[in-house]
Amino acid sequence: MSARPFPIGVAPFGRAPVPVVPSLTAPILSEAFGTRPLTGAAPGFVLATLPPGRVLWVQDRLSRTEFGAPFLPGMGRDLLRLDLTRPADVLAALEDGLQSRALAAVVGEIHGHAPALSFTASRRLALRAEAAGLPCWLIRHAARPEASAARMRWRLAPLPSASDPDDPYAPGDPLWLAELFRARGQPPSTWLVRHDRAADRLDFSAPAGDRKLAEPRRKAG
Amino acid sequence: MNRAAEEAGARIGARAVDSRAICPALRIEQAEPEQDAARLARLAFWARRWGPWSTPDGDDGILIDTTGTAHLFGGEAAMLARIQAHFARAGLTAKLALAPTRGTAWALARFGPERAICTDPLPALAPLPVAGLRLSDETQLLLRRLGLKTIGDLAAIPRLSLMRRFARAGAQDNPLIRLDQALGRAAEPLDAPEPAPEFAAEARLAEPVVDPSDWLPELLERLCAQLAAADRGCRRLCLSVFRIDGERRDIRVSMAAPTREAAHLLRLFDGRSERLDPGYGFDLIRLAAEAVEPLTTAQPGLDGAAPSGLALARLVDRLAARFGPTAISRPLPHESHIPERAEIPGPPLAAIPAPPARADRPIRLLSPAEEIRVLYVIPEGPPAQFIWRRQTLRVARHAGPERIAPEWWRDRPGTRLRDYFRIEDDTGLRLWIYREGLIHDGRGGAPRWFLHGIFA
Repeated sequence: MSARPFPIGVAPFGRAPVPVVPSLTAPILSEAFGTRPLTGAAPGFVLATLPPGRVLWVQDRLSRTEFGAPFLPGMGRDLLRLDLTRPADVLAALEDGLQSRALAAVVGEIHGHAPALSFTASRRLALRAEAAGLPCWLIRHAARPEASAARMRWRLAPLPSASDPDDPYAPGDPLWLAELFRARGQPPSTWLVRHDRAADRLDFSAPAGDRKLAEPRRKAG
Repeated sequence: MNRAAEEAGARIGARAVDSRAICPALRIEQAEPEQDAARLARLAFWARRWGPWSTPDGDDGILIDTTGTAHLFGGEAAMLARIQAHFARAGLTAKLALAPTRGTAWALARFGPERAICTDPLPALAPLPVAGLRLSDETQLLLRRLGLKTIGDLAAIPRLSLMRRFARAGAQDNPLIRLDQALGRAAEPLDAPEPAPEFAAEARLAEPVVDPSDWLPELLERLCAQLAAADRGCRRLCLSVFRIDGERRDIRVSMAAPTREAAHLLRLFDGRSERLDPGYGFDLIRLAAEAVEPLTTAQPGLDGAAPSGLALARLVDRLAARFGPTAISRPLPHESHIPERAEIPGPPLAAIPAPPARADRPIRLLSPAEEIRVLYVIPEGPPAQFIWRRQTLRVARHAGPERIAPEWWRDRPGTRLRDYFRIEDDTGLRLWIYREGLIHDGRGGAPRWFLHGIFA
């Protein structure tokens, strides 16, 4: 287990405290939901959390046509790409990948609501990921969260990027609003996540805005 | 018909009763052309001890390519004597000839002296009858009527008149083609069948069955034991079922690295045998190892586990067996500035490390690029606003242009250059768009805009 990057109660400049960030490289099944078309927030977040080593990256056909295929020059990772058609095949390939010792992580992408990804199927994956000791990510495009055995479920929304130090008009480091809406042993929380591309590191901070105003609204909803 | 029968007066083509009247001790067997052909094919494989390639030739001959092998048997004459002795030991009478071309060897074996060895085809062929040219009966008759009895007579005739006479005839009826083949002027390569599998395991069943999966573990065990005894591994397995209606069905699985692990190979057949069409059932299952390679026993790691390269090969095998070998690939960098050519699908086991990530390249690439409609545009700049699938996106920030010229050595003439922009809309979508061409570049009308990639 890696050390938690942010201990409890560190509040830079007197802002609201940053919630504890769970270990992102833990060998569990996690889900990352994208919020809208054309966003690369969920794949970008998953890519930044992956441990070094070879990664099995499985896509179904709709994910490939709607959200593009992994592009090596931008990712710079050792990938083993598997281009499949049906979501059921993606799940079977992930199970095969989790039984291998040659990989560092396993990532699957499923577009839309897939009947094959039932609670039982996600439980199979979760148990296998824990038995194999490999992080397994499911990237869900254009889908609403349904019952799932994933240990962590994230919702990633893009935010206007940080400013580029060299060019004020250019988009800089990616910035996302990451909402952990379900996790085992962890209250749901929201972070402002910045991907520091130079250091390939994720910086978690408390989201901007008045949390005192935001909290009652969530309770009412 | 053997020599004893010939000396007693029996002749080929005579009636069986007449022959028996001439020679009462004659033993007559029914002709079985199919079995004879099968036996001849087996014999041709058996004859590969004298040369690497052999094939049945017609229904009564075997061709062996002995190029460079005669010295292994003490010279050409000694080799022929030894071949004849081997056939005699197997109870077979063989007429042999050794010649530089296939046609000459055919003629000398049938019409030439015993164990003829020929180095120059024309003098050896000249005294032989024209039947030695592998011609059809009609053509032989025609040549005989023309007074051409020997191959020497035929070779003496000018080519032009022969060519005019037999212009439309195929090789069977064309003395000129056959003569050229015999004299080595026309190529006639030996078309040898595939070698029989060296490692195979068979199960013969008493009753026809429709599912081979119960026999697979045992067959695999036997095959892997054979491979292990020879220090070999295979990269392809062929499971053949011989159906009772005379049909044969094959399933092949391929491996990324040579292996002889029965448990792993068994998993590759998971879900494959269901797609086999068993018909009315089959009574013979054969598992053959193809693409056999040397494989020594690998030492396991200190923790007792198999090496990790092996684990990757196993994973690739399983995925390829289940989803097809084209589904799995490893993206490799390629020297090109055109984005869709900057990565190529490589073999899954390639050991080339990935290049470091570039901040000015997206993490996703749309293929093909989607055309977007641009409402208005700053000259030489990005669009201020554009429509993608009926959604209007407003550009808040941009970087670029990055001009990528077409590869003239590869692209069609008239391919337009691309100006790439990294843009971000006011809600945080980071995209990679490009303008194809310039105004008045003489390569088409107004420039078009495309959405090509998605940034994190």
